[in-house]
Amino acid sequence: MLEIITSPISFFILLSLFFVGAIGSLLLRKDDDSANIWSNFFAIAGSLWGLLFSVATIISEHTAAFLVNGSPFPLLSFSFNIDLLSAFFIFIISLIALFCSIYAVGYVRHYYQKYNIGALGFFYNFFILGILLVLTASNGIFFLIGWEIMSVASFFMVIYDRDDQENVKAGFLYLVMTYIGTAFIVVAFLLLYKFIGSFDFVTIKSGVALLPIGAKNIIFLAALIGFGVKAGIIPLHIWLPAAHPAAPSHISALMSGVMIKTGIFMMMRLFLDILQPIPIWWGIVVLIIGIISSLLGVLYALTEHDIKRLLAYHSIENIGIILLGLGSALIFSSLSMPALAFLSLVAALFHTLNHAIFKSLLFLGAGSVINQMHTRNMEEYGGLIKYMPQTAFFFLIGSMAISALPPFNGFFSEWLTFQSLFQGIAILDSSMRWLFILAVGALAFTGGLALACFVKAFGSIFLARPRSTEVTHAKESPRSMLIGMGALAMLSFLFGIFSSQTVSLLEKIGRSFDVLQKIPETILVSNSQGLMIENSFSSVSGLTFLLSLVGALIVVAIIIDLIINRSQKIKIGATWDCGTDLNPRMEITSTGFARSIVVIFKGILKPSIQHTIDYSDSESRYLPRTRTVSLGVGDVYKSYFYQPILTMITSLSMRVKNIQSGNTNIYVLYILIALLVSLFSIL
Amino acid sequence: MTIIILEIQIILTPLVSPLCAGVINKIKARLQNRKGASIFQPYRDLWKLLHKDEIISRDASWIFRIAPFIVFSITLLIGASIPLFTSFLTNTLTGDMLLIVYALAIGTFFLALGGLDIGSAFGGFGSSREMTLSALAEGGFIFSLLTIALINGTTNIFAIANADIFLHGKYLFPTLLAFGGFLVVLLAETARFPYDNPATHLELTMIHEAMILEYSGKKLALMEWASFNKLFIFLALWVNLFFPIGLAYTPGVITISMGIIIFMIKIFLGVLLIALLESSMAKFRFFRLPDLLLISFILNAIAIGLIR
Repeated sequence: MLEIITSPISFFILLSLFFVGAIGSLLLRKDDDSANIWSNFFAIAGSLWGLLFSVATIISEHTAAFLVNGSPFPLLSFSFNIDLLSAFFIFIISLIALFCSIYAVGYVRHYYQKYNIGALGFFYNFFILGILLVLTASNGIFFLIGWEIMSVASFFMVIYDRDDQENVKAGFLYLVMTYIGTAFIVVAFLLLYKFIGSFDFVTIKSGVALLPIGAKNIIFLAALIGFGVKAGIIPLHIWLPAAHPAAPSHISALMSGVMIKTGIFMMMRLFLDILQPIPIWWGIVVLIIGIISSLLGVLYALTEHDIKRLLAYHSIENIGIILLGLGSALIFSSLSMPALAFLSLVAALFHTLNHAIFKSLLFLGAGSVINQMHTRNMEEYGGLIKYMPQTAFFFLIGSMAISALPPFNGFFSEWLTFQSLFQGIAILDSSMRWLFILAVGALAFTGGLALACFVKAFGSIFLARPRSTEVTHAKESPRSMLIGMGALAMLSFLFGIFSSQTVSLLEKIGRSFDVLQKIPETILVSNSQGLMIENSFSSVSGLTFLLSLVGALIVVAIIIDLIINRSQKIKIGATWDCGTDLNPRMEITSTGFARSIVVIFKGILKPSIQHTIDYSDSESRYLPRTRTVSLGVGDVYKSYFYQPILTMITSLSMRVKNIQSGNTNIYVLYILIALLVSLFSIL
Repeated sequence: MTIIILEIQIILTPLVSPLCAGVINKIKARLQNRKGASIFQPYRDLWKLLHKDEIISRDASWIFRIAPFIVFSITLLIGASIPLFTSFLTNTLTGDMLLIVYALAIGTFFLALGGLDIGSAFGGFGSSREMTLSALAEGGFIFSLLTIALINGTTNIFAIANADIFLHGKYLFPTLLAFGGFLVVLLAETARFPYDNPATHLELTMIHEAMILEYSGKKLALMEWASFNKLFIFLALWVNLFFPIGLAYTPGVITISMGIIIFMIKIFLGVLLIALLESSMAKFRFFRLPDLLLISFILNAIAIGLIR
């Protein structure tokens, strides 16, 4: 049975489900309702099939490599290689796509009559199809085709809400950044081809010894930049906070939960598998990028009052945390400590899964709120918990999971990441040790700041009094959206409670890497009770924590409510208002909430204050009529990173322009010179 | 026997923690030439509050209502999961230092949400300040625990308390550094001087009291009790992890009672130190507090660097 599910034919059924979903939705584009149902039905069916396929592959450890004939070009072959790592990522995409599609059935309705639903369904299905190709392709050129399908489809979904000029601008920024990334990936693949003579990943892997060390390092840098753009590492992240808010929310959830992980997937594949053995500084670079991305990501998130931009910055933070795990895995593997590399890799994989779950949950929650409020500005929310109780509850679970609060899943993967970094401190020497100390410090501060950020987010969205009249018209979302969010909330809880069982499956994936096969079977990250680290360095159990917490809660509630305080009355009154009428303007705003942290980190965030005063008498300037204060954060990347590059490219182009005079005779001369040069070079 | 020990372990934190607050207030009163209230006053306050009716703001949601129960239960759970007077108990399930740190963060999370929920300016700013301080304290907190975890080769705090760190004299200096670093974090997390003034209400700079301003009756009692528990937990971690002397190594009536007595003496010394600190220094300006927390972080980082 398992063999049938994991066979190539089953994989093609998976691909064709999404393909049929895409084409059919395009054909049905005249009718909004049927296009919506058709596209999401096939996406749901495909995701379910993908779940079945990936779980069967992981359990049976049945990897498949196969080739489809009929390639028109000699260098391009449609070869697939589905190993455990691919299967794991297929599992993630299917899981998230399943609930996003269920959510989309209700969510897409508000686009009816406004935009073309068929086109959205077309791109949506092709987007997932593209990701599946990226995860399974085993040939460089074929991989790039999948990569482009994924990027272009997501570009069209970013600009889907095209009436807003901001979205089109964001889409354009995304496209430019994506192509910069793709250019670097192409460079990496071409270099591999030059020295090894093949685009096929399996051939490259077996011939990696042919690579000179210099070329290998350049390939590393090119791949790091190329895949780093997609993953959203700082300072290549600028497209992320622009594109995620622009896309429809279920697309943001997929982009943030899954698409940016394809960058991580390829980093794992290249650095830990294909290009092994690697020099130690690769791991150090990845670890440093992880430190910077996690800390700066959460700091920028704190400054945001646009809910989706806030979540987008948290994606950068979490990519940073994943890279902390991956970076230490790379370092340990180059120091030939496979057992520790294994631990770090499992931590990175687990956090990849967990982040996909809680981040898509949060994006879907944000989408429901935006759908009712018609604005992304959190300052105009407030008190929504009374109008959208279920959404609020699911968002609370997502907030707790992303803040790494036990017993939700985020805690357990951060715990594993912490532990692998601790092992680094305990074992390594001098400068490497300090690097790991720095990484632990970054992770610790990231955790604390993320908690502050989600108190701010949850508080200003759902708590206190409404800050705009729009809130009082808000209604709870339709059922399909609630099911999508509720299921993800449930998963984020279950993956926390059953973290040890999940990790024992992830161990299998870790062991499938060639470099990690030397480690003895006895090294395990989990046992039946909970997670643990070898030599009983430490252990933790989610289930026990949950049970004792629930037990304590019940006992306290019974003692307080039923025994001590039985005859007590509860009166409903007004909040203490110091004698004035309380209005929403007296509540703390989300900008105000984070202001003290912004001021403390002013060296990094460069906050700006701008006063605009409108005087009733412009001559005397004593009586201001209105006074506006705008607070902002300096964009250091634009001024210190992108602007210099832009200036350089512009000045270079100006120089090149000199040879272009518009005179036909001169162009004929150029052609003549070019001809002569090529003639001589051939002779 | 084990069951009795476990029961003492669970019940000890909520039972003794109000006493610590009472003793601190008493010592501070004496240092100010006042007679001061009895050291059992916090118990009477809690008892009184628990029997009162309560008023809840009409702006409050269910978050405000459940927050006191969660905040209090978390302190109960952590109080039972850390070494208090014994070291032979093993707890491989909830006794991890990171679990303790992040479980305490659950309490902070709901405390801050409770402060935001009623929509008063006091609560909001209290929450904002609390989250700022706790975010910055997290680095020092984890690092000081990590120092002793690395010395002992485990992050399980029962195992740390069980090891005799004075056998290795060479780690004395890092331990002392981390001990100092932990004190800074302790004062920040338990809302004491120089971070917060636990004695005032309606002062513009207050943090903890501002968040629980709208609570009344039994919910206020639970919040106050939880903050006593938190103080007790931090003191217990401080004295037991950095000076694991006098803990009961074997079960037995005499060793256990000796363990409890020595533990109480150690806690009393800690309480005395806090009272002396509070009597001799003023509250800091809010934006000077990050410097203090950064110092704690650096002290602990140096401590980790010195372990070898």
